[in-house]
Amino acid sequence: MFAPLQNDFAAALLDAHKAVPDALTAHNANPPVKRFAVYRNNVIVGLVNALRTRFPATEKIVGADFFFAMARLFVAAHPPRSKILSAYGEDFPDFIATFEPAAELPYLPDVARLEAARTRAYHAADAEPLSPQDFGALDPAQIGNLRVTLHPSLQIVRSRHPVVTIWAMNAGDMALGPVDENRAEDALVSRPGFDVLVRQLPPGGAAFLLALARGEALASAAGAALDEASDFDLAANLAGLIGSGATTSFTLSDQKDPVS
Amino acid sequence: MQQHSTLPRTAGVGFKSEHFADIVGGDQPIGFVEIHAENYMGDGGAPHAQLRALCERYALSVHGVGLSIGSMAPLDRDHLARLKRLCDRYDPASFSEHLAWSSHGEVYLNDLLPLPYTDETLGRIVGHVDQVQHALNREMLLENPSTYLQFTESTIPESEFLAEISRRTGCGLLLDVNNVFVQAKNHGTSAEAYLSSFPLDRVREIHLGGHDEQTDDTGAPLLIDSHGAPVADPVWALYERVISATGPLPTLIEWDNDVPAWPVLAAEARAAKAILDRAARQRAA
Repeated sequence: MFAPLQNDFAAALLDAHKAVPDALTAHNANPPVKRFAVYRNNVIVGLVNALRTRFPATEKIVGADFFFAMARLFVAAHPPRSKILSAYGEDFPDFIATFEPAAELPYLPDVARLEAARTRAYHAADAEPLSPQDFGALDPAQIGNLRVTLHPSLQIVRSRHPVVTIWAMNAGDMALGPVDENRAEDALVSRPGFDVLVRQLPPGGAAFLLALARGEALASAAGAALDEASDFDLAANLAGLIGSGATTSFTLSDQKDPVS
Repeated sequence: MQQHSTLPRTAGVGFKSEHFADIVGGDQPIGFVEIHAENYMGDGGAPHAQLRALCERYALSVHGVGLSIGSMAPLDRDHLARLKRLCDRYDPASFSEHLAWSSHGEVYLNDLLPLPYTDETLGRIVGHVDQVQHALNREMLLENPSTYLQFTESTIPESEFLAEISRRTGCGLLLDVNNVFVQAKNHGTSAEAYLSSFPLDRVREIHLGGHDEQTDDTGAPLLIDSHGAPVADPVWALYERVISATGPLPTLIEWDNDVPAWPVLAAEARAAKAILDRAARQRAA
């Protein structure tokens, strides 16, 4: 019967302390410990490599050896539930947050959250973003009633640390330099075409976008942003929203059909 | 009526996105590209845009690694549905999977794991292949594995096991010649004898790839199917022997790790194409 043996085989792959199942053999050696280790290694290294692909800046920050040790523990405790490996590691940032040896890098989980968001944006559904011209005919008197559909790739990552700056420095987008670890930064991740863009949101920008994402009208979203940041600049945020390809359709409350 | 595998009887390559500009940019020595199905299960973005562009120029082979046909547990119906969506979206010339398991319970292990060859596992796999062919409404190809160990309970030789699956389900076979070579070295058997007993009339596609060498428990060489090196000379020799017996067959060069610059991969494809062209001329003569 293969089913019980398959259980033992699978369990021993992820746990190096488990013995090689008895029913496995080789023409020249029994038990075939090194031969079984090839499978163990393929599984662990294959999954660690999937995380390395998805979290390159996180790896750069901690170094290859630290990352491998951390990722290996994650793999054994949280093996993938999906066959789509690009989606593996959604809960890796939470794991990092509880990983004691990484505690002195309090921003590390948020850098990993930003990298996870980038992959989601990369694979998100295609949608044609609206251009500034599409908004050209808006009556200024009605703009408070504006509701938008945000692009499916849009992701917001909020952090109490300078997550955008640290990510950019370790992704090769910005020279390394001193940072204030306690300066909060919110990231907007988007993919209006095929390239994933990361930019830092201005004060209140995250609250503004999150309110719009919930379907709130512009006036209400601006209120939410002002509640959070008294220096929220509506004109600048509106220009950012319209100019960055972040929307795919809009409607005004008294219109039945969205413009898209 | 199930759709049959219709790959062109020429060379192809496993597609890597770093080769995209080269592959769509000029005349290349290939007639098809092969993708790993699970890399194209996102909703949109660059992967699908590249795939659409490739499909305008080349035949497409969809090669799955996540279906776990060798599991004793039922197939993952959600994953089968994702494969169906992918096949419906691109209408590939071929769909193939492995004689192996890669999932267990809820967990995806991301490796092609071995199984014993018995009447019990044969029945299970025949059921799975039937289910896949029915769900996709197309013939699937099943690939022979490379393995590093064996099972005391195995009672059926691998080539006979594959022949019987193909006979019962009507599926085609994907013959990985590098796997045959690796397998024979690792188990102290003969690659020539394996091929002599292999049902070559059921082969619809060939895979060629590189392997690495490690050592086993006794210090003897253990070959690893790494897909990270050029095709080895003895594998080319076995391939030429197969093609002289079968005539030209769709032949894929697999290079998944330490992926080289396009000219290196193209040279491998050209080498396969030369053997295919020679076989075609001999047949015509």
